[in-house]
Amino acid sequence: MSAELIHRLHFAFTVTFHYLFPQLTMGLGLLIVVLKTMALRTGSEEWDRASRFWGRIFAINFVFGVVTGIPMEFEFGTNWARFSRLSGGVIGQPLAMEGVFSFFLESAFLGLFLYGEKRISRTMHWFSAVMVWLGSWISGFFIIVTDAWMQHPVSYNRLPDGHFEVLSFWQLLLNPWGLLQYAHNMTGAVVTGSFVMAAVGAFYLLEGRRMEYGRIFLKVGVVAGVIASIVIIFPTGDLHGRYMARYQPAAIAAMEGLFHTEIGAPIVLMGQPNEETGQIDNPLVVNDVLSFLIYGTTKAAIKGLDQFPHDQRPTALPLLYYAYHIMAGLGTWFVLLMIVAAFLLWRGQLYTARWALWALLLSFPLPYIANTAGWMTAELGRQPWLIYGLMRTSEGFSSTVSASNGLFTLLGFMGLYALLALLFTVLVYREINNGPEAEAIKETGAREKGARA
Amino acid sequence: MMGFIWFWLVAVMIVVYVVLDGFDLGVGALHLFLVRNETERKAALASIGPVWDGNEVWLLAGGGTLYFAFPLMYASAFSGFYLPLMIVLWLLVLRGVSLELRNHIDVGVWRALLDGVFGLASALLAIFFGAALANVMRGVPLQADGYFFLPLWTNWQPGAHPGILDWYTVIGGLVALVALTLHGALWLTIKTGGELEQRARKIAAPLFLVLVGLTVVSLVATIAVRPASLDNYFNHPVTFIVPVGVVASLVGIWFWNRKAQALKAFLASCFYLFFMLAGACWGVYPVLLPATTGAANDITLTRALSGPHTLAVGLVWWSFGMALAVCYVVFVYSRFKGKADEQAGGH
Repeated sequence: MSAELIHRLHFAFTVTFHYLFPQLTMGLGLLIVVLKTMALRTGSEEWDRASRFWGRIFAINFVFGVVTGIPMEFEFGTNWARFSRLSGGVIGQPLAMEGVFSFFLESAFLGLFLYGEKRISRTMHWFSAVMVWLGSWISGFFIIVTDAWMQHPVSYNRLPDGHFEVLSFWQLLLNPWGLLQYAHNMTGAVVTGSFVMAAVGAFYLLEGRRMEYGRIFLKVGVVAGVIASIVIIFPTGDLHGRYMARYQPAAIAAMEGLFHTEIGAPIVLMGQPNEETGQIDNPLVVNDVLSFLIYGTTKAAIKGLDQFPHDQRPTALPLLYYAYHIMAGLGTWFVLLMIVAAFLLWRGQLYTARWALWALLLSFPLPYIANTAGWMTAELGRQPWLIYGLMRTSEGFSSTVSASNGLFTLLGFMGLYALLALLFTVLVYREINNGPEAEAIKETGAREKGARA
Repeated sequence: MMGFIWFWLVAVMIVVYVVLDGFDLGVGALHLFLVRNETERKAALASIGPVWDGNEVWLLAGGGTLYFAFPLMYASAFSGFYLPLMIVLWLLVLRGVSLELRNHIDVGVWRALLDGVFGLASALLAIFFGAALANVMRGVPLQADGYFFLPLWTNWQPGAHPGILDWYTVIGGLVALVALTLHGALWLTIKTGGELEQRARKIAAPLFLVLVGLTVVSLVATIAVRPASLDNYFNHPVTFIVPVGVVASLVGIWFWNRKAQALKAFLASCFYLFFMLAGACWGVYPVLLPATTGAANDITLTRALSGPHTLAVGLVWWSFGMALAVCYVVFVYSRFKGKADEQAGGH
């Protein structure tokens, strides 16, 4: 195996595992603010307990997000030294800003939110929930800005020695690619958060215990879920796709499995791209739709892969194609499911419609898959470039770190993360099984002890 | 000028990281031997529970700042120290997870395991950080292109082609381990009460004596391994205030710990860490990473510095962001001041 492949797998594996946690915390952060707000407005202990319960789930995810996130920042230097050396002046900025503007905020207020409820006022506790949510979304913003510059480099100057320097700080932060991707990605996080919340609600109702909490979770999860599932396709996904078609046409062609340029290009719903014959095997297509989606007219021409020299086409074509189709297919399912669930909720039938509860329960892993597939689409579509059009992936990895050393640490991470995954599953399941009222018991116990002391 | 500013800004972030995360690493390394029962252990861990994560942020923010201010240094050092850094990452993962999750588990055996992992990872991290600093002091076999790769060990001798670990860097690791364990013990004297507080105060005394010995050994060893580290001091004799500061803070630790003035003793320990690190930085300045392969290969400040516009813009948001960060830190520590409440185990 080549060193380049190992370093790519190294980053891909660690970042994929890492992003399982932030996508939930970013989505849940918002939903916890909703729960806390309701608690503050109604003064009801149930909403308060519901938000504490999700605070505990949040905390577990946050810890896993933090510990798997630290390696990400290191890996720019350890595995991608040549890239970092040339681009540090640009993308080092948003990465450092993430630490300075987001992590301090997030860690400070999360400590307060989790440990400080008895030490601060109710409003202050609500405020700390808002700050935790804000911190996680600011963090996401700086990461997207970093990635957006690699996808769509703007506002840079290349110095004679090859280093990149940023020209306008604000243009770097307000990169249109980044803003579109941010809207799309954060909506994706809310999809994950709301599906998880709704699934736990469905679980409680199907089990026939903790009905009051199950109903709260379903209500919040389905309302947020239906909004997010629609917004992730239209307008955010739609706009992002069109922008991509303008600046990364080769990626669009590969994602859609469009081997040849066509006027009135069809959309491929299913089928397997065959690189040898340049065709889709077992195709299920709808004519003209792709042209319409991208240009608003069925007669528009879409460039196929044949328009691009071999060394400028995405390198992992079938994987990119599948990743995109999995994302889009699941996205369609999310809208269907959530619209039906929202309709039932509105009619007051959701809590007893067991088939819908089952569907919600079983669907909770799907947003994780869709978010991961979405990121694979973005990053595989960027290939063979590390910085689109400017620096190839083959020019960026650490030349001093051999394939063997890279494999050694990749295997190490795989083992460690397998352990983490196991631990995580046990802990979250335990939290869900104990339920929102578990901590009430603990609390009364603690209070009695405190009174005695 | 920009180089000077950013060098010291990064240095300050590293110092703050060591001072803050230092005490929770120290508590981690120490708690295995110090606590007698679950209540005491909870109290010890509760003293770092709300803050360890924020403390670790200084490492990330410092790393990020190094990345954009000195990209060459970041790229070269991180890829050259590849293996030990990966081990550090694994330890950070294990440590964070085991500390945070012990509260979620009420099975004694698993708790004991997590506590053991937490203690061991904390101790090893302290050693690795000390050894890392010693590696920078000693220098690394930089090539002309600014890159190098260090094996974990070679013949345990600092020379032209050393490993990460040699007798000199091992001393660095031990200094860090003892200094941070003492730092953690002093933190516990502030944050806990009763027998645990007494025991922490008692164990600080032998730790202190070992630290004094190791400090002297490490200073002598540094001068022996890299005589040039004294140049800055002789060129600017006023900076001999730094070693004087080291001695003064050691005296402070001893004096105030004996008087049971916990906060003052802890602050003295903060100053000790500050002077040791500042002294090390001043010993290499204006080099960031010395080469064992000849001074021509040194990564110097000017060679590694980012473009002027990047640094000018960076200074604006950095100052703003750090001012905010300091507010958060002060706010959080003020909310959690006083003895740690062992009932407030969180979650």
